[in-house]
Amino acid sequence: MTVLTLTLLVAVGSFAAGLLGALTGLGGGMVIVPLLTIVFGVDIHYAIGASLVSVIATSSGAAAAYVKEGFTNVRVGMLLEVATTIGALVGAYLAGILSTTIIAVVFGLVLLYSAYLSLRPRAEHVVGGPPNRIALFLRLDSTYPSAGGWQPYEVQGVPLGFGLMGVAGVLSGLLGIGSGAVKVLAMDQAMRLPFKVSTTTSNFMIGVTAAASAGVYLHRGYIDPGLAMPVMLGVLAGALVGARLLTGAKPRVLRLIFSAVIVFLAIEMLYNGLTGKI
Amino acid sequence: MEQLIGNLLRVGVLVAAIVVLVGGVLYLIQHGGGAPAYHVFQGEPAALRSLHAIVLGAATLQSRWVIQLGLILLIATPVARVAFSLVAFAVQRDKMYVVVTAIVLGVLVYSLFFGRV
Repeated sequence: MTVLTLTLLVAVGSFAAGLLGALTGLGGGMVIVPLLTIVFGVDIHYAIGASLVSVIATSSGAAAAYVKEGFTNVRVGMLLEVATTIGALVGAYLAGILSTTIIAVVFGLVLLYSAYLSLRPRAEHVVGGPPNRIALFLRLDSTYPSAGGWQPYEVQGVPLGFGLMGVAGVLSGLLGIGSGAVKVLAMDQAMRLPFKVSTTTSNFMIGVTAAASAGVYLHRGYIDPGLAMPVMLGVLAGALVGARLLTGAKPRVLRLIFSAVIVFLAIEMLYNGLTGKI
Repeated sequence: MEQLIGNLLRVGVLVAAIVVLVGGVLYLIQHGGGAPAYHVFQGEPAALRSLHAIVLGAATLQSRWVIQLGLILLIATPVARVAFSLVAFAVQRDKMYVVVTAIVLGVLVYSLFFGRV
């Protein structure tokens, strides 16, 4: 296979990942690493570097659309970014010292967990609660636009949310993914933010988190221009087309198909990791 | 301000994608017929790792360096966004969040310029 053939195949695969990721709302970033390592036999470090770059592209593109609608809580996002960026540096450090077997196994488990979360309907949760001392001190409480006008909400569980975000950052830096699922979980369940606020604030944070580990990856030589180029352009183009096709509700059938793909890739990652093929 | 941040993100991603695309076309013209070697990890040469060397290489239109420059512009986009937020909090005289944002910006700048952990 020549460089030209491989580049075109990787671009087509990345386009499909970006398209499905946008259509299902699950993000295409997490299938890039398995795609590159299992299908194309790319070393996992190069794969993580290329994936991380594509995550920055799609997250920044999407955040641009959301930021002006008033759902994003900038204070919550910035505070939690302290945890995610430091976590991302730790993750990037771990990526340099852990064996590829351990990275592949952790990756497989995270994929399985993401597939589980996506198949389960997003649990209804109580939004807000009594005024919280820490949230008051940090002035995190805010309002969001709803059908009945601006709706106020009180942020809960700040220390737990902050800790979970640190974990999300580590996973992002170690695996080259956005960790959107963990971020949304922290903000939904621990901090009790309204759905739209947690989703958009998570998107706002993913690019910043990925940028923190991308610098380290660049200096380590994990970001190969020839490989990152088709991945970044493919995922970005797929995500843009997906966002345009999307007219509202996320199609359930597509979600099922994409979840099945994720489960398959998870098993492949676990198998190849444990047998030392990655 | 929010509008400005939204536009900044959009323009940053667009410019980065165009630079990567131009570099990519050059790359395929120059190296398209070669054999890929991604299955073994060797690490990029030092000249493709440091900001200074990447800018110098891109200035002479070497394809791999042009792509790398586009990728750095992409990584710099969220960093610029955080810097804008810092200014926004400073304008609002929100000292607590100026400090919070400065910590985030510090981590990002450290990673991009030094990148040793």
